[in-house]
Amino acid sequence: MWWNALLLALRAIRRNVMRSVLTVLGIVIGVAAVIAMVNLGGGATAKVSNQITSLGTNLLIVRPGQRVGPGESSVAPPFKYKDLEAIRRDVYGIAAAAPSASSSMKAIFGNLNHATTVLGTDNAFFSVRNWTFEEGRDFSDAELASGKAVCVIGSTVRTELFGAQDPMGVDIRLGKFSCTVIGLLQSKGQGAMGIDQDDLVVIPLRTFWRRVAGNQDVSMIQVSARDGVSTAKVKADIDRLLQERRHIGANEDDDFQVRDMKEVADAFNSTMGVLTALLGAVAAVSLLVGGIGIMNIMLVSVTERTREIGIRLAIGAMAREVLLQFLVESVVLSSLGGVFGILLALLASWGLARGLNVPLIINVPMIVVAFLFSALVGVVFGYFPARRAAKLDPIEALRHE
Amino acid sequence: MTETVPVLALRGITKVYGMGQAAMQALRGIDLDINEGEFVAMMGPSGSGKSTCMNILGCLDSATAGEYRFRGVEVGGLDRNQRARLRRHFLGFVFQGFNLLARTSALENVELPLIYRGTPAAERHRMAMQALEDVGLSEWARHKSNELSGGQQQRVAIARAIVTRPSVLLADEPTGNLDSVRSIEIMELLARFNREMGITVVMVTHEPDMAEYAQRIVRFRDGLIDTGEGGDS
Repeated sequence: MWWNALLLALRAIRRNVMRSVLTVLGIVIGVAAVIAMVNLGGGATAKVSNQITSLGTNLLIVRPGQRVGPGESSVAPPFKYKDLEAIRRDVYGIAAAAPSASSSMKAIFGNLNHATTVLGTDNAFFSVRNWTFEEGRDFSDAELASGKAVCVIGSTVRTELFGAQDPMGVDIRLGKFSCTVIGLLQSKGQGAMGIDQDDLVVIPLRTFWRRVAGNQDVSMIQVSARDGVSTAKVKADIDRLLQERRHIGANEDDDFQVRDMKEVADAFNSTMGVLTALLGAVAAVSLLVGGIGIMNIMLVSVTERTREIGIRLAIGAMAREVLLQFLVESVVLSSLGGVFGILLALLASWGLARGLNVPLIINVPMIVVAFLFSALVGVVFGYFPARRAAKLDPIEALRHE
Repeated sequence: MTETVPVLALRGITKVYGMGQAAMQALRGIDLDINEGEFVAMMGPSGSGKSTCMNILGCLDSATAGEYRFRGVEVGGLDRNQRARLRRHFLGFVFQGFNLLARTSALENVELPLIYRGTPAAERHRMAMQALEDVGLSEWARHKSNELSGGQQQRVAIARAIVTRPSVLLADEPTGNLDSVRSIEIMELLARFNREMGITVVMVTHEPDMAEYAQRIVRFRDGLIDTGEGGDS
């Protein structure tokens, strides 16, 4: 009986190819939209979350002041070197802690110049941020202790000032002083939110104090937690230590902040998840509209095929066989729509992923769900027209013009 | 015993359409026996009840009152599905308007009743081709119904009706839409299947020439049988 219904349904679909194509178009577009949106959302999430992970998810960033709004912080006294030493000494589970103070400056070599960020720090910076050297070396203890004019440059600075030329051992000018290039960092590429991580010049902290800042402030401390140590716990310890050192009472607000990159990554991922779900939901509406389209055409088709149904009934078809035939027609149509929708979605995902430069991530469970849903649409929206067909009176149906 | 049980037997059949004041009595007590292998023509002016009678005989409609026995089995009590099964296994229909499926090949049209019977594909194909050959259209098997002439379409319809070897073939004005040459072809076919396969044929017609092919003419007038040559005697 099922086999017969399938045979009859396929013959009926073949008899009117054009109408069948128009019927399933809504489903094709709906399924394609849902899958493409979800794949694209997944790709974008993966891309940004990779960038965040490249900063290191065990990274904590300690800054003076509180964020009061997007991009701005309240004014608060900077840290001192002793704060860093206290963190290194007293907080358990730290792999490395790096002080930094930075300033925007112009780097000059020959007749070329490039506005960049000059960062004063020590060797802990390279390990906290997972920097590796393409060439050269990090600072020696003597250079750090004496505040020697040496620098390690990022790959953007190298390209801007030296082109293909070897920068090692060459002197560049930073504002009023010149320093010798002793190392070149491996490129990290574009970071989160479009910030170029390779656009920097690193000098010893003492050199920065003496030649650039004119004070002994530490404007930021970057801490990496040891593997297997909870960043939340390290964060709590730093909070407590700094509250004590900066004399903040129990009821007062902190005048510093510790940001856990893992938290940032998690928050970002959940935001992206919500966005992807939203896009998918909007696309799902088009799938629903596609389903209503199927019902519409099936209803028209039942009216148009009244005589055909009369013939079938007269020949000896039972009501439930007619019902089954129309139901199977609608399910076959909507499933075909689902299959073509999936193919279209794969094509669109691939194209969009290339166009928007995000990784192509195929969400297989989503494809299965979309296919099953399209078949379900066929059952749900095909049932009403099919029941109408099955309820026709054979004599009336045969008389129908 | 077998001779005494007619294949179709109507007793006191009435059919009322509508209710109350608007009620219209289409049949007012019909007694009719049709024996196995007979070729019966039903004639009468329009509105005389012959089509209603045909629908009841074809189990497409049920009588308001009275008894209808098909091979001695009471049909009045059967539900919709049982009547569909009876049509499927014992009856064949030919209509005035041919009623083939549009945009469908002659072969697929003839296969249709076999599909509902659940006949396996190879067997179904062979039987349908045989039926098309019986009506002289095996060359046209792959043509769509709308590519065929009226006479050819009616022959496909007859092939569809006899492909299941029904015991009764009901033809409702089968020549009503055809010219006289095609009409004669159709009547010869019906007469041949009646004679060679022993299929009982009941035909409604307006045309006395066509009724000539029948062994017996049943005349309807105002919901009653007017004159018949014998009824059940």
